Amino acid sequence: MGDPGLSGRFGQFGGRFVPESLVPACMELEEAFRSAWADPAFHTELDDLLHHYGGRPTPVTECPRLSAELGVRVLLKREDLAHTGSHKINNVVGQALLARRMGKTRLIAETGAGQHGVATATAAALFGMECVVYMGEVDTQRQELNVFRMELLGAEVRPVSSGSRTLKDAVNEALREWVASVGNTHYCLGSVMGPHPYPWMVREFQRVIGEEARAQCRQLLGGSDPDVVVACAGGGSNAAGIFAGFADATTSSLVAVEAAGGAAMATGIPGVLHGMRSALMQDEEGQILEATSISAGLDYPGIGPEHAHLAEVGRARYESAADDEVLEAFQRLARTEGIIPALESAHAVAWVIAAAKRSEMPSGSTVLVNLSGRGDKDVAQVRDILRAQR
Amino acid sequence: MTAGHPARGEGAIHTGAPNTNTANTDRARRARPGALESALRARRDAGHKLLVPYLTGGMDDQWLITLEALAGSGADAIEVGIPFSDPMIDGATIQEASLRSLVRGTTPDGILADLSRIDVGVPIVVMTYYNLIYRAGHERIAGMMAESHVSGAIIPDLPLEELEPWAKAADSAGVATVLLVAPSTPSERIAAICGRSRGFVYAVGRMGVTGEQAVLSASARQVAERVTAVTDIPVCVGIGVSTPEQAAAVSEVADGVVVGSALVRRLLEGEGPEGAAAFVSSLRRALDAG
Repeated sequence: MGDPGLSGRFGQFGGRFVPESLVPACMELEEAFRSAWADPAFHTELDDLLHHYGGRPTPVTECPRLSAELGVRVLLKREDLAHTGSHKINNVVGQALLARRMGKTRLIAETGAGQHGVATATAAALFGMECVVYMGEVDTQRQELNVFRMELLGAEVRPVSSGSRTLKDAVNEALREWVASVGNTHYCLGSVMGPHPYPWMVREFQRVIGEEARAQCRQLLGGSDPDVVVACAGGGSNAAGIFAGFADATTSSLVAVEAAGGAAMATGIPGVLHGMRSALMQDEEGQILEATSISAGLDYPGIGPEHAHLAEVGRARYESAADDEVLEAFQRLARTEGIIPALESAHAVAWVIAAAKRSEMPSGSTVLVNLSGRGDKDVAQVRDILRAQR
Repeated sequence: MTAGHPARGEGAIHTGAPNTNTANTDRARRARPGALESALRARRDAGHKLLVPYLTGGMDDQWLITLEALAGSGADAIEVGIPFSDPMIDGATIQEASLRSLVRGTTPDGILADLSRIDVGVPIVVMTYYNLIYRAGHERIAGMMAESHVSGAIIPDLPLEELEPWAKAADSAGVATVLLVAPSTPSERIAAICGRSRGFVYAVGRMGVTGEQAVLSASARQVAERVTAVTDIPVCVGIGVSTPEQAAAVSEVADGVVVGSALVRRLLEGEGPEGAAAFVSSLRRALDAG
């Protein structure tokens, strides 16, 4: 998982398919990121913030009771313990530092579940920047608490009522706004998607998950690596982050788990949306289909281009989990380990449960799950669903 | 074209394809390479300002009648939008028209089939997003455009660096690929874009998405000046040109204008082909008076 070069290509995927108005901004961003990423002072400042402000390193936690039930050894990389409750903070602190370096005074972002929006609002507060977050109207309703959280942090949340009124449309609206404000505004994109350099840059900012996790696993496992590394994927940033620590350095199997109703890898075909060529759910004509998922963060008809490439070259597998399996996993992790995962992260847990049941992993295998976020934001939604089921 | 700053009106026409010299008399009316640029140049060089209204294809059941009405009201070419589910560079008005069109069941093949059955007497340029082109296949859809006597295509999310696979297919089919220059485009890049643009150069009048505005952005004149200084290809300013006064003002420096949202809004509000024709006539009068 290396540098995709000036054309931003991961095999046939990636690229920079944006209106001319945004091309200079993407080029400027790439140049700024290349320069910052090669600058030890930038890394020092970023690492310091991630440590003292973000709460890194996050631990790797054994799951003795769940492991006993499943017959495989389950480890969790605890991104839910990072500040703001998910891995999203890693990326936004990096991008906010970069934005300041570029002289930008304003951050805009899209958000699905609200975790990236909350993280961006947090970074904006920390750096004294103005912040506007675009969020699908459907998502502002199912993630009401995160909307208030963003407002508390001083951000303005603009509900998006076009299209499917979810994450895809929030990205459209953020891109439209960026065209109009690119002079003073940095678009703090939340996942490994969009036009070059975002897929690469966001993966690099999330790489810390994988690097920490690999070292922690080697300690726990007497110098060996986990047999399987699993993460959920909407756009795919937490998966890219943890995979980055294992893809080239180990022979661990890599598994990304999409929402069954947003499974770009299983049901999509190559196309171009949001500035990138990747796998997309689309119809015969090329119109983008609406994803549907219990989890707002995975409600996306595409996936980051590097994932499409990792699938094509066979380095990672892309699976999916259905809403009912996810609800089950959400409750099971809570009961067996005392950890309430985000609905997004529960997809990864759901796949582990299903794979163990199918004996897909030999008994005694070690599986590392990236627990990308905590489930507090989902508690009200899950309560309503479970009540309705009774 | 000679190096430096050619006098406007004295450059060679980019045919965009080997000069097969397809005759004007080809009654199959397959798009003729260079047809868009030669038509626009001829008008410009005769002293006219260029008027290119935009209409979303399939937005209502009268859209083909509207197309004819636009052609009869002084349009020099017409831009026809092929709607996409996720129109990234479009504001609320054209988003709404795209949605209405898609709800009516519009497809790219259907729009091109409709266009193949009519001849409005002025060049047709389609505007769409790259995924529809990519999904259909470059050669296949370029060929279909040519057979529907579409003479140009605008694909706003396909910048210079990503252009080639499409542009090659379009060139071979004789479809002019119209490229965009934005207010943010650096000078050296403007020259490169103008060198690859066919038909005309679409100068984006403001940093923003399509939509009407009360006052013409200062950037509209500036971008027109910067582009006309380095190319002899016709230069039309679009995005944020909403009224006859604005069209006339920006055409003092540009060769013409593209007007979309202001027209589409009138159609969304039910003004019909007559209302559209009246508005385009008012734009024509303002350009001719300028």
